[in-house]
Amino acid sequence: MFQIVKAAVIAPGIKRFLIEAPRIARKHEAGQFVILRLDEHGERIPLTIESSDAERGTISIVVQAVGKTTHQLNALDQGEYIRDVVGPLGKPSVIKNFGTVVIVGGGVGTALAYPTTVALKRAGNRILTILGGRNRDLVILEEEMRATSDELYVTTDDGSYGQKGLVTNKLQELITQDEKIGMVLAVGPVPMMKAVAELTREKGIHTVVSLNPIMIDGTGMCGGCRVLVGGKSQFACVDGPEFDAHEVNFEVLTQRNRMYREAERRSLEDYQRSLQEKEASTCLVGGGK
Amino acid sequence: MNSTKAPSANPLTLKERMKVPRQPMLEQAPKLRVMNFTEVNLGYSQELAKQEALRCLECAKATCVENCPVGVKVKDFVKLIVEGKFLEAAAKIREDNVLPAITGRVCPQEDHCEGACLLHKKVEPLGVGYLERFVADYEQRAGAPIAPNAAATGKKVAIVGSGPAGLSAAGDLIQRGHRVRVFEALHEIGGVLVYGIPEFRLPKEVIRQQIDKMREMGVEFETNVVIGKTVSIDELFEEEGYHAVFIATGAGLPVFLSIPGEHLNGVYSANEFLTRINLMHAYEFPKYDEPIMELRGKHVAVIGGGNTALDAIRSARRLGAENAYLIYRRSEKEMPARAEEVKHAKQEGIEFRMLTNPVEFIDGGSGWLKGMRCVQMELGEPDASGRRRPIAIRGSEFEVPLEVAIIATGTSANPLIQSTTPGLKINKKGYIEANQDTQRTSREGVFAGGDIVTGGATVILAMGAGRRAAKSIHEYLTTGEW
Repeated sequence: MFQIVKAAVIAPGIKRFLIEAPRIARKHEAGQFVILRLDEHGERIPLTIESSDAERGTISIVVQAVGKTTHQLNALDQGEYIRDVVGPLGKPSVIKNFGTVVIVGGGVGTALAYPTTVALKRAGNRILTILGGRNRDLVILEEEMRATSDELYVTTDDGSYGQKGLVTNKLQELITQDEKIGMVLAVGPVPMMKAVAELTREKGIHTVVSLNPIMIDGTGMCGGCRVLVGGKSQFACVDGPEFDAHEVNFEVLTQRNRMYREAERRSLEDYQRSLQEKEASTCLVGGGK
Repeated sequence: MNSTKAPSANPLTLKERMKVPRQPMLEQAPKLRVMNFTEVNLGYSQELAKQEALRCLECAKATCVENCPVGVKVKDFVKLIVEGKFLEAAAKIREDNVLPAITGRVCPQEDHCEGACLLHKKVEPLGVGYLERFVADYEQRAGAPIAPNAAATGKKVAIVGSGPAGLSAAGDLIQRGHRVRVFEALHEIGGVLVYGIPEFRLPKEVIRQQIDKMREMGVEFETNVVIGKTVSIDELFEEEGYHAVFIATGAGLPVFLSIPGEHLNGVYSANEFLTRINLMHAYEFPKYDEPIMELRGKHVAVIGGGNTALDAIRSARRLGAENAYLIYRRSEKEMPARAEEVKHAKQEGIEFRMLTNPVEFIDGGSGWLKGMRCVQMELGEPDASGRRRPIAIRGSEFEVPLEVAIIATGTSANPLIQSTTPGLKINKKGYIEANQDTQRTSREGVFAGGDIVTGGATVILAMGAGRRAAKSIHEYLTTGEW
C-alpha cells in the first residue's frame, strides 16, 4: 500500500499527488514512469513521474482524469492509499548539453516534460519552452517551467491565454530563427507529437517524444506496449518511453491506442453512473434529516 | 521385485496390480467447461486415490524418483496412500517439493515420473500427478501443520522472482534456517503461475494457499519491486544486507514472428493475452477494469504448440470464440505441450491445424486484423532439437479469416538484471550463465536458475533449479567458500 501524502487540484480535472514510495524515489531519474493499480479490481496504468524526493521518500505524479481509473484516482485525497505502485520503469531521458533545447509541453504532457527540462537545464542547455493547452486552465506548471526556462511561450487553442493557436505555430517561428536548435523534446497528445515531428524532420532537428501506449506489466514481459519505431517493434516500457520522433510510426500508435476504446467508454460510463446513484441515495438520506 | 524391502501394505500381487485400470480423474464435461473458467479436473476421491495407488509396483529401483527434477519420493508417498496415511504422504512430498498442489496439476508427468513408470511398458502408467494432487488437496483441507524450520543461521537470502524456481528455493532455504525474502515485480505472488497459467488449469486459490503456507513457514514477500530498476543486485548486498541472491526472473520478453502486420489490432503475444485474462481478470470485465478484445462469435487462432499456446486458445474458447484454431508448423507428434492439455483442448473443440505456418497478418483496412496468410509445411530431416525440420511447401499459401491471433512461439531473455549487474556473465542469447549443478553465476554470492538460465521450460524444471540453488546457497552460506 502506498500512501498519498498530499493531493492538490492544479487545473480543472488535473491533480498532483505526492506519494510515499521510498524505493522509487531513491532510484528515479528524469523520463521514467511508474505503473499503478488502485485496488483489487483495478487495471494497471503507466504514469510518468513528475518529481521525486529521495530524502523524504516521495514521488509526485500529475494525473488528468480521462478514463475510469484516472477519475477514480483523482477522487482520492491526502491520507488515502493506492494499492500498488511500481517503478521507476523505462529508460531515463538522455541528458547532455545539446546547446539550445526546445521543450514542447501539451496539456498534462508538460508535467511529464518537467523533470527532463530541469535536468537539461542543469546540464547547461539553453531552454526555450512552449506550453500549450486547449484553454488557459489547461496550461499547467507554468511557474515551475518558467523558473527552469530561458524563454517561455504559451499558446492556447482558443486564445484565452498567450498566443492563439497551436504549439507548432510557435515552434515554427523558433526553428526558423537564426538560433541553432540542438534538440526538441515534445510531450503531449499524439497528434501534437506527430505534428512536432513533421515540422522538425524537414529541418533535421533531433527530436524526442515520450510515448504512453497501452501497457500492463511494464517490464517487457507482455509486449502489449509495442510501438513501431524505425520499422521495428519496440517495447515502450523497456526500450522507451522516449524515442526518436522521426522514427516513430504515429499512425500505428494511434490505432493501437484505440484498441479498447469501447471497453474504456463502458467502464467510465458505469463508474459515472454509479457515482450519480450514490449521490442520489445520499440526497434521500439527507432529505430525511 | 519387492523382495528386498519392508513388507508392503499392498495386498495385491504384482500381476493383480497390472490388471487394475488407471483410475480416471473426474472432470467437468467439455460442453459445460468451455463456458466457464473453473477447473477442468475435479480431483480424486479417497477411494479412487487408494485404488490408483494400489497399482504401484513398488520397484526396487524407483525410476519415477530418478526422473523427477526435484526428486519427489514417489514410491514412498504412494505407499503411504495405500496405507491411508494421506497427511504423511503429503509430508513425504513436501520433503522435496514445496508446491505439491501446483505440480500435481501442471507438471508434464509423462516426461518425468509417469514416463519412467515401469507399468508404462505394458499398461498405462501410475497416475502420479493425480495422486500428488490428491494428497496436496487433502492436506490443504485438513489444515495440516507445517514442519518446523532449522535453527536460525542469521543469514539473509534475496530471491528475485516469485515463480516456481523462486518459490521452490525459498521453501528449501527457509527450512534450513535462513531468512528469505522474495521480490516480485508484479502486484501478485506466483510469477508465471498467476500470469501465465489459467484458472481452469491451476486455480488462483490453490496458488494462494501454497503461498500462505510459505508465509507461515516464515518466507517474506515483497511485491512491486523490479530488481534492476527499483533496486539493483549490488544494492541488495551492500545496502540491504543480503548474503546471497538467487535470480529466478523467468523467461521474459515475448518473441514475435517478424512477419508483416504484427502491429495490427487483434494480434497479441500469448504473454499479453494470458496476463490480461489471468493476472488482470479480463474475463471478468467489467467487474475488473482490464479489458480484452470481445471474442464472442469471433475466429481466433493461436500460433505455437506448447502449453502456453494451449492455455491461450482454450481461454479464447471460454471467452466465446466461435472458431478456435491451434496453428503449428510441425506435426502433433512434435508438440511440446502436456499430453493431458492436448486431450482436453480437442474435447473442447479446438481445431488443430498442423504443418501450418503464418506468413502475414492481413489488415481489414482500418488497422484491425481480418485474416492470416499461411503456408503449408512438410517435415524434412531432423534439426538441432532432434525434431524433424518443417519446410514450407511452395505455392501452398492460403488465407484463414481471423479477428484475433495470439503468438505463442516462445520468449527471449529479459535483460533488466543482466544490464544492471556488472560482472554477471550472460550467454549469446542473453540468458544468465550458471553452473548446471550449483546454479552459481560468475558473481560471488549470486545464483540463477529457471527460465532466465535455460530459456523457456516447465514449472518442474524451474523448481528443480530452485532446489539445486537452495542446496548450493546453503553450502555457500555455511562454508563461505565460493
